[in-house]
Amino acid sequence: LRTFSDLNTMLETQFLFLAPAYHLILEGILILWIVRLLFSKTYKLQERSDLTEKEKEELIEEWQPEPLVPPVSKEHPALNYNIVSGPPNHKIVVNGKECINFASFNFLGLLANERVKNAALTSLRKYGVGTCGPRGFYGTFDVHLELEDRLAKFMRTEEAIIYSYGFATIASAIPAYSKRGDLVFVDESACFAIQKGLQASRSNLKYFKHNDMADLERLLKEQEAEDQKNPRKARVTRRFIIVEGLYMNTGNICPLPELLKLKYKYKVRIFLEESLSFGVLGEHGQGVTEHFGINIDDIDLISANMENSLASVGGFCCGRSFVIDHQRLSGQGYCFSASLPPMLASAAIEALNIMEENPDIFSVLREKCQRIHNMLQGISGMKVVGESFSPAFHLQLEKSTGSRESDVKLLQAIIDYCTDRQIALTQARYLDKDEKFLPPPSIRVVVSVEQTEEELDKAAALIKEAAQHNLH
Amino acid sequence: SLHLHGLQFNAQRQVHYIAQNGGLYKRPFNESFEETPMLVAVLTYMGYGILTLFGYLRDFLREWKIEKCHNATEREEQKDFVPLYQDFENFYTRNLYMRIRDSWNRPICSVPGARFDVLERISYDYNWTFNYTGKVIQDVINMGSYNYLGFAESFGICADAAAEVTEKYGAGVCSTRQEMGSLDKHEELEELVAQFLGVEAAMTFGMGFATNSMNIPALAGKGCLILSDELNHASLVLGARLSGATIRVFKHNNMQSLEKLLKDAIVHGQPRTHRPWKKILILVEGIYSMEGSIVRLPEVIALKKKYKAYLYLDEAHSIGALGPSGRGVVEYFGLDPMDVDIMMGTFTKSFGAAGGYIGGRKELLAYLRSHSHSAVYATSMSPPIVEQIITSMKCIMGKDGTTIGQDRVQQLAENTRYFRGRLKKMGFIIYGNDDSPVVPLMLYMPAKIGAFGREMLKRNIGVVVVGFPATPIIESRARFCVSAAHTKEMLDVALKEISEVGDLLQLKYSRHKPVPLLDRPFDETTYEETED
Repeated sequence: LRTFSDLNTMLETQFLFLAPAYHLILEGILILWIVRLLFSKTYKLQERSDLTEKEKEELIEEWQPEPLVPPVSKEHPALNYNIVSGPPNHKIVVNGKECINFASFNFLGLLANERVKNAALTSLRKYGVGTCGPRGFYGTFDVHLELEDRLAKFMRTEEAIIYSYGFATIASAIPAYSKRGDLVFVDESACFAIQKGLQASRSNLKYFKHNDMADLERLLKEQEAEDQKNPRKARVTRRFIIVEGLYMNTGNICPLPELLKLKYKYKVRIFLEESLSFGVLGEHGQGVTEHFGINIDDIDLISANMENSLASVGGFCCGRSFVIDHQRLSGQGYCFSASLPPMLASAAIEALNIMEENPDIFSVLREKCQRIHNMLQGISGMKVVGESFSPAFHLQLEKSTGSRESDVKLLQAIIDYCTDRQIALTQARYLDKDEKFLPPPSIRVVVSVEQTEEELDKAAALIKEAAQHNLH
Repeated sequence: SLHLHGLQFNAQRQVHYIAQNGGLYKRPFNESFEETPMLVAVLTYMGYGILTLFGYLRDFLREWKIEKCHNATEREEQKDFVPLYQDFENFYTRNLYMRIRDSWNRPICSVPGARFDVLERISYDYNWTFNYTGKVIQDVINMGSYNYLGFAESFGICADAAAEVTEKYGAGVCSTRQEMGSLDKHEELEELVAQFLGVEAAMTFGMGFATNSMNIPALAGKGCLILSDELNHASLVLGARLSGATIRVFKHNNMQSLEKLLKDAIVHGQPRTHRPWKKILILVEGIYSMEGSIVRLPEVIALKKKYKAYLYLDEAHSIGALGPSGRGVVEYFGLDPMDVDIMMGTFTKSFGAAGGYIGGRKELLAYLRSHSHSAVYATSMSPPIVEQIITSMKCIMGKDGTTIGQDRVQQLAENTRYFRGRLKKMGFIIYGNDDSPVVPLMLYMPAKIGAFGREMLKRNIGVVVVGFPATPIIESRARFCVSAAHTKEMLDVALKEISEVGDLLQLKYSRHKPVPLLDRPFDETTYEETED
C-alpha cells in the first residue's frame, strides 16, 4: 500500500512537468480572462464624456437658470417694517407716531444714559470710530482688553472674549469646539444664532423637547447604549448640551440644576446662551447661574450679547481660560472680523459700571416684569408665554385662525391698535422657512426699567382692549 | 476701433491668452507672483521640519514634567469627560505659534491712523503670558491697519458728526431691522450707499463678516452651485457652506479654471441625479487681502454672461481703495455695476467704520430685506457708526463741497504705486497687482516671520506678518497696507527701515532685475490697449 501511494505521488509530480503545452496555454488564457473580468466594468460609465463640443455648446445654450431671487410681494410684512425717527429710547417715534417703547431690548434703560453716552464720546475722541483691522492685526485696543477683563470679573470667571456682533458670538463659539462627528443635544426652542452655529459645526444634532429633561435624559440614555456598542468611537466623540438662560423664542428659563445633574451623570459639557438673562437675572444681574445659585465653573461656556442689557453692540463668551482661550485662534467671527469699535466697548464698560453700582436695578426690573405679566393674564383669546420675571415674553393667540398668515395679520392689527394709542410693540420675527422648529406667531412684549407703573398699566389695559377689539 | 499694442510676450500661451481676453481690459493689468526660489523653498521646509522635531521633543519633556507646562488644563471634575481638544490640534499652536506670538494682537491705544501708539508688553515665559510694562511706544508708523483713505480719525468732520449722533442716539439700537431697529439713519445710509455704488438699492449690516455669512444662504441653496475662488475670505466660505449649495473651488483668479468649472457644471448637471443646476453663483473678491491681487473682473463678467451665472463680488478691500473716484474695482475697470448681480463690501476699511453692505437690483434687495438672516435676527448697526459712514462716503463723493475725498483717493493710488515700486526695486518679492494698496512682501521662512515683526517694531514701524494657516505653508509673508494718510516722508522712513531689515534678514529674494515697463520678463502679464 505504501509503495502504491509513493508511486502515486511520484506520478503526480511528473505529470506536472509533463503536462502538455496546450494545457498550460489554456490555463494561462483562463487566468488572463479572469483578470480582465475583474478589471473591466460591466457597463459603460462615461457615456456623457463622449459629448461633442457642439453638443456641449447646445447644452450650455439651452440651460436656463432660475432667477437669482424669487419675487417678493409688496405686501410682505418684512417690506413694511417700522421706521423709527430719532433714538429708539423709552419714548420712541415709530412711523411718525410718538409712543412708549415696549419693543426694544433696552431692559436697563442704558441706551439713553448720559454716562454711557459720555463714555462713548470720550472714547470716540481718543480712538476714532472704526478699528480698521481684526484683533490679530492691530485691531486690539486697550479698551477691548479692559472690557474683557471687566466682563470676566463681573461674571466671576477666568476669562472673557468679545465679538463685534452679537449674533456671531454663539454662532462662532459652537463650531470652535464641536466638529464633524461630535454630538450636540439642543433644545428645540434654541434661537437662530445657535441653529446657525450648529449648522456650521457639522456635528450630529439631537433635539430635545423644550425644557423637557425627561426627553433629554432619554436621548442621553440612547446615546449611552450606542456608546457601549462602539466604545472606541465614544472615546473621541465630544458631546455638548446647548441651552439658553431665558429663551428668546419662549421667554422660559432653562432648568439649570437638572441640566447640571445630567451633565455629570452623562459627562456632557454645557454651553449656555444668556443674551436675555445676562444683566437681568440674579441679584447682581449675572444671569441664570446666579438666579439658581450655581457655581459658574460648572458651566463650560457662557455666551451673551451686549446688545440688550448693556445697550451697546457685540457679544462675549466667558468661562475658564482652558475653554475660552481656544476661540482666540478658532472663533471665526473673532479672528476674521474687524474688532468692535472702541467707543462701543467703552459704552459697554460704562454700562457695566452702572450695573455694578446699582444692583437694585435688577429687582426693579423684575417687579415691573411681574406687574405687567400679571395684568396681561386672562385676556380672552390670548395667552402669555414666558416667565413672570422675564423682561421679554410672548403674547400668542390662544387659537390659531387657521393659517399663519392670517394669525400674523391679526396680531399686527392688535399692534397697530396699540401704536395708534402710544404703545409701541412688535411681533417676534422669524424666517419661516429657515427655522428648525418655527415658533407660533407672537407679540413680543419687552419690559424696561424706564417704563413707569402707569405706563405698564396703560400698556396692559390697551393690549387687552386691542385684543377685545380685534378678536371678537 | 480697439487694438492691442505695446505687448511683449515670449510665451506662446500668454499671447493666446491676451488675444482672447485683452479686448476686455481698458487699462494695463500688471500683476505678478514671482516663483519661490528653489533654495528658499528647501530651506523653508527644513525650517518647519526642525521646528516640528523640536516640538515633539518639547512635548516629550512636558509629558515627563521635565519642562514646565503652561497650558491651561481641564477641571479636575471633568477629567473623565471626552477631551475638549485633540492633542494634535494644538501641536502647531503650542510649538510654533507660541514662539512668535508677540507679533500678533499687539494692543494699541490710539487712533489707528498713519501713526499709532502701541502698548509695550513683555513676556517672561516665552510668550505664554504677557505683562504690560505700562509704557507706550509712541508714534509707530502704521503699515498694518486697513485705513486706506485715512478716515480713521478722532477729529474732523466725520468724528464730529459721529459725536453729535452719539449724543442724540446713544451707542446701541437694542432691536433688529425687522422689529424696532430700523432707524431713519439706516434708511439715509442705504440710499446713499446705493447712490455711491450706482445700483438701484442697497442694504447695510452691522458686521462685514456676517454680511457674507448671513446673506449668501438667502441667495443659494440645495440644487444650486457656488463657484468660489480658492483664496476667498473665511466669511464667504462660511456663507457658502451655510447655504447648503454645492461648492466647487477654482484656482485663484484663474479664468481657465473658472470657465472649465462653469462648462462642466452646465454640461453634466448635478452629481448623481444629473438634473440641471438651479443656478450658479460665482463668488469673488475685489482685492484679495493676502495676495494683493485684483480680480480679473472683465473676464469674470464675460464668463458669467456667457454661462448665465450670477456674480457675487466682495469689495471688502477694494471699495474706496480702487477706481478714479473710489467706487471700487468695477469703476477701476470701467465696467457697469449693474453687470455685477450682488455688490458686497464693508465699511471697516476705507470708511473707518464697521459693518457691511449689499447693493444690487430692487428685486434682490426686496428679497434680502425679507430673507436675510441678519435683517431678522441681528441687532442693527450702531447710529454713530452709521454716521461715520455717511460723512466719509459723502466726503469721497464730494458732497461735502470739498475735494478732500477725491484727493485722498488719488493720494492712495500714488502712494501705492510709489511704495510698491520702491520695494520691488530693492529686490524684495512683492505679490499682487501694481494698483493694490495691499502689499505682501514674501518672507518664506518661519523664523523670519517673528524676526521681521520684531525688528520692524524696534524701528518704530508696525507691520502685519502672516504665516500658515492663513497662507500656504512655505509662503509666509509680511503685509503692508498703504494709506492715503501716509505722507511721502513716512513711506520713505518705512522703506528705509524695511530695506535695512531686509538686508539683516536676507529677504531680498527677487532674481528679477528691475526692468522698464515695456521690457518685462515673460511671467508678468501686461495688457494694454488704446482707442484710435
